Amino acid sequence: MGADGGNLSVRIWKGGAGGRLIEFEAPQRANQTVLDVVTWVQRHRDPGLAYRFACRVGMCGSCAMTVNGKPRWTCRTHVAKVAQDSRLTIEPLRNLPIVKDLACDMTVFFEKWRDARGRFEGRATRYDDIECIAPETPARQAVDAGIECINCAVCYAACDVVAWKPDYLGPAALNRVWTLQNDTRDAAQAERLAAVAGEAGCHNCHSQQGCTTHCPMSLNPTASIAGLKRAVFMAALRGEV
Amino acid sequence: MNLTSAQLYVLQRLSAAVLAPLVLVHLGLIVYAIQDGLSAAEILSRTRGSFVWAGFYSAFVIAAAIHAAIGLRSIAAENLAWRGARLDALTYGAALLLMTLGARAVAAVVL
Ligand code: SF4
Ligand code: SF4
Ligand code: FES
Repeated sequence: MGADGGNLSVRIWKGGAGGRLIEFEAPQRANQTVLDVVTWVQRHRDPGLAYRFACRVGMCGSCAMTVNGKPRWTCRTHVAKVAQDSRLTIEPLRNLPIVKDLACDMTVFFEKWRDARGRFEGRATRYDDIECIAPETPARQAVDAGIECINCAVCYAACDVVAWKPDYLGPAALNRVWTLQNDTRDAAQAERLAAVAGEAGCHNCHSQQGCTTHCPMSLNPTASIAGLKRAVFMAALRGEV
Repeated sequence: MNLTSAQLYVLQRLSAAVLAPLVLVHLGLIVYAIQDGLSAAEILSRTRGSFVWAGFYSAFVIAAAIHAAIGLRSIAAENLAWRGARLDALTYGAALLLMTLGARAVAAVVL
């Protein structure tokens, strides 16, 4: 929690890739989130500060930043939980180009989502009945385990393989693909498996679980990717990929 | 003929599965030979003309060559940003080199 009173010493990244950290003082408040601090600095100290947010309640996935070295959703990260001696260092997410200050360019992240065919491709038409999916089937349970992704790119920033090999599709897109591969209504599973079996595909994952450790929705992209690896393995034995 | 990424992945997993027990036997063998103070001549007298040891170490060499070459490929891709033809040349070159060196070693102890 932390009570009102006292000051936070906040270092915030300013500029693009060649930018630097600028130090600000901000008042410490009870139940304050990191996003509250960034907003306070923008309103009271630096109106030019660029950052991104929308919902402020952990649903839209737009507010992720690097806080004291770790990727986090800032609207639901309490300062009291992460500040070290009332100090905060706030930088843009890793592994994505910086637009300005704390806003990074998410284009590549979503392009990979597209390239991995992370879009539902149904076969039913509007004239068909709605398909019943039993919640207790293993396939639907696998979907449920990964479906709550908010596209925040925290996992993408946490992934060392993305840092080393920037073409790697990354945990979020692959987690999404795993949910679709388990969706019995989807009609493009063979094509989608081929899309994640290539040079940039799922087998690049080292299973270090950086994504799983930091995902704010407590998803487990590592497990989803392990499922994809098994599927690719079997498809390769059958000569399909 | 270039293998697909998925085929390389399968080969690396299968070669690992083959290597794991072979490495254990190989290590056990080293300990046994040292403990018993076997001389080089005594070891060679056991391995020469033996189909079992020829088979064992041929499998070892093939699995190790495949496994190491694909591992090197990942390292070069991740740390040196190698892609495409250069990466393929490294993979198949390393496999061939290890296979050749290994075949010479196997020939030296069983022929
Ligand atoms: S488990 Fe795989 S996807 Fe997740 S951070 Fe590690 S390498 Fe990246
Ligand atoms: S898997 Fe988790 S960390 Fe990654 S984008 Fe989705 S919600 Fe964010
Ligand atoms: S502002 Fe929407 S998730 Fe943080």
